[in-house]
Amino acid sequence: MNRRAGRWRRAYGAGPWHLLLLAACFALAAYAATRVVAAGIWTGFLVWFVGAVIVHDLVLFPLYSTADIAARAVSGRSPAINHLRVPAGLSGLLLLVWFPLVLRASERNYKGAVGLSTAPYLARWLAITVALFAGSGLLYALRRRGKRTSRR
Amino acid sequence: MPERRADEGRAGAWWRDGPPGPFRPGFWRSPLRGPWLTSVLGLALLAGLVIVAVTGLLSYAAYNPRLPGNDMTPGKGLLGFYLFDWPTRPVWLYRVTQGAHVVVGLTLVPVLLAKLWSVIPKLFVWPPARSIAEGIERASLVLLVGGAGFQFATGILNIQLFYVFPFSFYPAHLYGAWIFLAALAVHVAVRLPRAIRALRSRDLRRELRTGLDGTRPEPRDPDGLVAADPAPPTMSRRGLLAFVGGGSAMMFGLSAGQTLDGPLRRTALLAPHGRVYGTGPNDFQVNKTAASLGVGAADTGAQWRLVLAGAGLRLSREDLLRMPLHTYALPIACVEGWSTEQVWTGVRLADLARLAGAAPGSVMVTVRSLQRVGYFGQASLSAGQVADPRSLLALRVNGADLSLDHGFPARIIVPNAPGVHNTKWVRELDFRPERP
Repeated sequence: MNRRAGRWRRAYGAGPWHLLLLAACFALAAYAATRVVAAGIWTGFLVWFVGAVIVHDLVLFPLYSTADIAARAVSGRSPAINHLRVPAGLSGLLLLVWFPLVLRASERNYKGAVGLSTAPYLARWLAITVALFAGSGLLYALRRRGKRTSRR
Repeated sequence: MPERRADEGRAGAWWRDGPPGPFRPGFWRSPLRGPWLTSVLGLALLAGLVIVAVTGLLSYAAYNPRLPGNDMTPGKGLLGFYLFDWPTRPVWLYRVTQGAHVVVGLTLVPVLLAKLWSVIPKLFVWPPARSIAEGIERASLVLLVGGAGFQFATGILNIQLFYVFPFSFYPAHLYGAWIFLAALAVHVAVRLPRAIRALRSRDLRRELRTGLDGTRPEPRDPDGLVAADPAPPTMSRRGLLAFVGGGSAMMFGLSAGQTLDGPLRRTALLAPHGRVYGTGPNDFQVNKTAASLGVGAADTGAQWRLVLAGAGLRLSREDLLRMPLHTYALPIACVEGWSTEQVWTGVRLADLARLAGAAPGSVMVTVRSLQRVGYFGQASLSAGQVADPRSLLALRVNGADLSLDHGFPARIIVPNAPGVHNTKWVRELDFRPERP
């Protein structure tokens, strides 16, 4: 019995429960996929699903890591880098999530539904961005002063 | 022939070490990546996703999909199950569950992104699989990562009314959820023991006291998360966690206000329904304007009549105002996450059922609207919803007549029902015995 289990593990790479779990996962996903087909939306669904698989690793990651490398190249080895990185990252996060409102991409639907314009969102996002950079800059100035006085 | 041997050597190296670039271990240099960091992010994400998943499945039940016309996913098969009829109390239940679904989902976006960043070297691991088990497991990660991205993207775009996806939101978000949850459950089952072990490998409190100067890479791991050739750190581990946590706090703080009334609503600066309309009795969130659904003054003027189908009764607004009127403070809570409580005055649905010759408690009602386009031109309410004394055909709000955008001449208000079941511009109530 033990030897059979060992042979299975060597051939497969994990215990039988592992295969069982994954088979159940693929069965449920395949069933959900048949419902997607039955709903008549499978082409669009598939395109968006594949897009969702790669959007972080092959689109967002290259974008934000390139920006980060560029920022570090410009700032040298300055300790200020994180006071730039954090507000820029947070502002970018807000834009990533709320771009349909901020860039007024959903203006037509939004106006029809809510009865108001999306116009204020760009100003709000810009104001939050300014506040993030200002707060970060202030914190940096306070830290530098703290360091200088503690050195004295 | 030495040249040919060199070629073979390069091909052999490619096969052995992977193509150059991200497939080589030296490519990934962040000194912060490692099993401990990934586990912290993974467990935070898991805790939040449990809330999002449970509240999401509850929202399916809230539509009472067994009643005629209510199911937005008629081909669901086994995937649309739910365990109970949606109750009318507590009145704030849907407000809380759906508000949590949307706001917690938004709060998790930075955690999800950080988790994906922390494991990106694994996407390029060479060889792609060292065993059959690993190959199958990596295939399931396609469903996990794709499912997460799909659910977050469709949800976030839908609440902003940015309908760029080439499918209806309801079936896509429901079936996408099952694919994602299947992959998530297996991922947790397979990885949780390893995650807990990794979590115990470092002391969180000590990590939170360690600044940039003391930041060292985690010990090399068999999974290849820790960089083979780590760069000097530019951010401490606590700095990264504060960055992610700060992002979550910011997402929460700028959107949670759309579930609150009063001055705190103004804090929802970046949420679709944090807007302030004014100070009048009808100045609160509009979900769909009358104009956008083809409802005009011509349909809602003095010649408007409420039809009680079956009973052959036609009631004018004056007829309704002469019936016993009741006033309740009840929330409207939208599937898009926002909510607001207002004070509604109107005729009890139970009284209208009696007028139509039906006994409240045994009849459901199908409500039809004047709206000419769009979803939810009709909705069915269960016998329990009809019988609740707080379920109203509302005529007034906050002491004033309903405005056209809020459903004049008459709209439904049912405690704890999803917003879209509070049908506006009602033209017909069709009371029918409810099949058990």
